[in-house]
Amino acid sequence: MRGAGPCREAFSRRAALGHVTRLVNLWVGVTGALYGGPVIDFQHVSKEYPDGTKAVNNVELHLEKGACTVLVGSSGCGKTTLLRMINRMVDPTKGQVLVNGQDVATADPVKLRRDVGYVMQGSGLLPHRTVLQNIQTVPLLRGEPKDEALRRAKLQMKNVGLDASMGHRYPAQLSGGQQQRVGVARALAADPDILLMDEPFGAVDPLVRAELQAELARLQAELKKTIVFVTHDMDEALALGDRIVVLRAGGEIVQDATPAELVANPANDFVRTFLGMADGRRTLEVRSTPEGQVVTDRFGRPLGVVGQQEKPMEPGLPA
Amino acid sequence: MTWILNNLPLLWQRLLEHLTLAAPAIVLSLLLAIPLGWIAYRYRLSRWLLVTLTGLLYAIPSLPLFVVLPLILGTGIRDSINVVAALTLYGLALMVRSVSDALAAVPAVVVDAAQAQGFGAWRRFWQVELPLAIPALTAGLRVVTVSTVSLVTVSGVLGLPSLGLLFTDGFQRGIPEEILAGMVLTVVLALVLDALVALLGRALTPWRRAVKA
Repeated sequence: MRGAGPCREAFSRRAALGHVTRLVNLWVGVTGALYGGPVIDFQHVSKEYPDGTKAVNNVELHLEKGACTVLVGSSGCGKTTLLRMINRMVDPTKGQVLVNGQDVATADPVKLRRDVGYVMQGSGLLPHRTVLQNIQTVPLLRGEPKDEALRRAKLQMKNVGLDASMGHRYPAQLSGGQQQRVGVARALAADPDILLMDEPFGAVDPLVRAELQAELARLQAELKKTIVFVTHDMDEALALGDRIVVLRAGGEIVQDATPAELVANPANDFVRTFLGMADGRRTLEVRSTPEGQVVTDRFGRPLGVVGQQEKPMEPGLPA
Repeated sequence: MTWILNNLPLLWQRLLEHLTLAAPAIVLSLLLAIPLGWIAYRYRLSRWLLVTLTGLLYAIPSLPLFVVLPLILGTGIRDSINVVAALTLYGLALMVRSVSDALAAVPAVVVDAAQAQGFGAWRRFWQVELPLAIPALTAGLRVVTVSTVSLVTVSGVLGLPSLGLLFTDGFQRGIPEEILAGMVLTVVLALVLDALVALLGRALTPWRRAVKA
């Protein structure tokens, strides 16, 4: 037996605890690598521009596989900068960004971008290419055969709810909502694990926006991509996020929580104001009226009705 | 009028000769202006340098240029290469700026989007930036086309066969119809080529004609 005298002594309670902790950490690390765990890792990341402006300040963030993380904050909080560091559209001045354990700084940016889906505000479609050509972009850049790229593009059109007859139209011939759908289809065409979405529904009217959000939630329930979603709209963040990261000007994380945690325990007044809690908009009350029970905000403005049965809060996206 | 009717084959021949001098110069100035214009667009200092230098080319009087170029190129003074080279330089004077401006006018959002999808610099230029620059390029090329067709006539002074030869010949022999025919045909040729360039630009940009359905 290896456990001789001095060794036995060393095996005190404290040391045992240390061993256990290390083993647990190792176990978490191994399972993390095998079954998800962070796929995108921001390690002490900062971005400072030559004029001294800090867009991102010492951000430490670990994004889980298959989850939708929403980066939310007002303009100038560095949320888009953080997002664009993942596909090296922006390089950090300090720190590292790891994707699947690899420092993106060591990756070929062009190849990396073909592996990461990207949906941008105002669709970012190529105006001189038709819907089908736009959706085929990344598969063709990755060198897939033409018929395979076309097959994938047609599949994606169906997937995002676009009629096949729109395939030969140019982006300018589509409505804002349709353009965004094409943007999502394009980002999904090469079937990337990671999907970056930079205020993708920012330029469409509220009705279409809600429709697109529901559509994305439906797609995500099915596809389970690792989504990083940037928005300045807290309602959108609450609707789509498995996890919400609130940022403030200067690129600092104020709170990193699940939607329920965020609403129940806002970290400070900044988050409370950003949520719309400060003005009573989210403090809901149930009032009895002659017509029945109505949910109102603190000012008595009716918002909705009470559902029939009590349901436990489910984490994640609405189905 | 009778002179014109009696000399139709000659006029047709001069027209074709004119075209064989003008067309290569127009095409060459476009082809050479694309890389030069790209460099001018890409690097700020070179933009100033290239646009100013090529622009200055236009200030060189054409007749002396026709005379000086053979000394540099080692061609004969009545060699058509000589004329094509001179006309190409004038074309460049206009086109380099055109290309540079046309590329600068491509929306930055689209270029950024292309980059984010994984276009490398080379593909992005040929598949995104250049096609989107076509409308502005066409506008520049139309000016070059008309100006080149008109400049070819100067080579007539050197005795090179083109519509310009109708001017010198008509002047020396006192045939006003010949001069008039030369002028009208020059204008007509310029208009026809201009229309062709405009049509080509239109054909290459089908997305601009697409209307909201």
